[in-house]
Formats: sequence, C-alpha cells, structure tokens
Amino acid sequence: MKLDPAIRDQVLATVPSLRAFAISLCGNIDRADDLVQETLLRALAHIDSFEPGTNMPAWLFTILRNLFRSEYRKRRREVEDADGRSAETLKSHPEQTGRVEFEEFRTALAKLPADQREALILVGASGFSYDDAAAICGCAVGTIKSRVNRARTRLADLLAIDSVDDFGPDRATRAVLAGGGRS
Amino acid sequence: MGDRGKDDAMKHRKTNLEAVTDKPESQDPMARPATTSHKEARLGREVQARIGQQLRAMYNDFVNQGVPPHLSDLVRRLSDQDQD
Repeated sequence: MKLDPAIRDQVLATVPSLRAFAISLCGNIDRADDLVQETLLRALAHIDSFEPGTNMPAWLFTILRNLFRSEYRKRRREVEDADGRSAETLKSHPEQTGRVEFEEFRTALAKLPADQREALILVGASGFSYDDAAAICGCAVGTIKSRVNRARTRLADLLAIDSVDDFGPDRATRAVLAGGGRS
Repeated sequence: MGDRGKDDAMKHRKTNLEAVTDKPESQDPMARPATTSHKEARLGREVQARIGQQLRAMYNDFVNQGVPPHLSDLVRRLSDQDQD
C-alpha cells in the first residue's frame, strides 16, 4: 500500500520550514541538508507512527531535533577529542547560509546554548506554541518559556541592543562629548 | 450650633477628601513597583520585538531559499514505494 498522497503533501509542505530550522540549528547548509534528509528517511520509514490529523510539522521537527541532538553530542566529543575546536562546527559561514546582513545575528545565535537556541527558534521563528515546542524538546512548558527568555536576554547582550532607558543617557553623554569637542 | 454643624460637615467632608486623596497615596508604594515592572516589561518588549524581527527575517530567508530537488525527490520516491 502506497503512502496517502495527503500525508505525503503534508511532509512536502513542511520541508522548507524543517530545513530552515536545521540551518538555524547547525549554521551550515550542507550539514542541515544531511540532517533533513536523515529526518525524512526516518519519518517515512516510520510513517505508521504518525497519527493522521495530528501536527505533522511538530512530528517532523521532533525527529530532526532528536537527530541533531544526538549528532551534536557525538560531534562535540569527536571534535573536542581531536583538536578542541568545537566552536568550529557551529561557526556560521555567510557564503553558505545566506545574506551577509544576518551574519551578526547568526553569530550571536550560534553562541547560545543549544537548548536555548532551539527553544527560541521553535517559538520565535517556526511559529510553534509553547506547548508544541515543549513536546518537540521533550520538556515542560515552563522550561521552554524560561529558555526562550534567557535566549532573548543573552541575544540582547550579544547584539548590544540598548533598551530605551540606556539609549537616553547614552545619547546625552554623546551630546556632552560632542559639545566638549567643539569648545 | 449652626457653625458647629458646618464645622462638622466640613470636617466630615475633609475626612472624606483625605480618605479619597489618601487612597492613591497609600497605594503608591505598591503601585510603584508595579509601574516600574510594567515599564521594564514594555522596554523589554521593544528589545524582544527587534530580536524577534531579526530572527524571523533570518529564518524566512532560509525558508525562501527553496528546497534542494534531491530532498523533495526523496519524499516522492519513498512515498511511491510500497509501505510495509
């Protein structure tokens, strides 16, 4: 019996977002495509365990996330054992991942702990609810919320995004310094 | 007696007025942290909104890159195979 075309179309429709999630996680398109391919192979081999009518994107993202985590752990051990350059695997390459304008953001994103990064992407970019994100990551909803909050706080620090409170005095200080320079 | 009544009335009114003006003042110590945290939350939302925008812009850029043909071909090929 062949796969229900409706199910197949749901899988196909999810691939672009699944791939964007993979690139966001590993910061490398070749690795991301390998990850997506492995995810699709596993998903279609175990399509019977997908319950029709439930959330196809959440199901596929769960498989990809678990593959990434097990691969990430394995890789980190290998790379650290080899030459201690574990950061290299997460380093983003503008020519590989897209436009230069996102370089600073991607670099900051790559510095986040993996659990915070995946939570932020799932909720903030992939459009999953906190409940779905918690199911995908296999943790409590409250854990996802705190990871997303910590990720945002850390990103704000890394990107040096000033709050309005900081901006006012800074601008005043710059004005004073500019005035002092003129006199 | 009339004056006293007037005084009483004024005193009474004053007391009421004090009670009215006192009310927000007495709430102030409690209101202040709430206002501050509200302000912080608002400022936090502005920063979060910018991070959210950048995150979605990056993500959508990846989504819009399109899917390599070998990935969608894989799905079609496996879907056409007989399932166990």
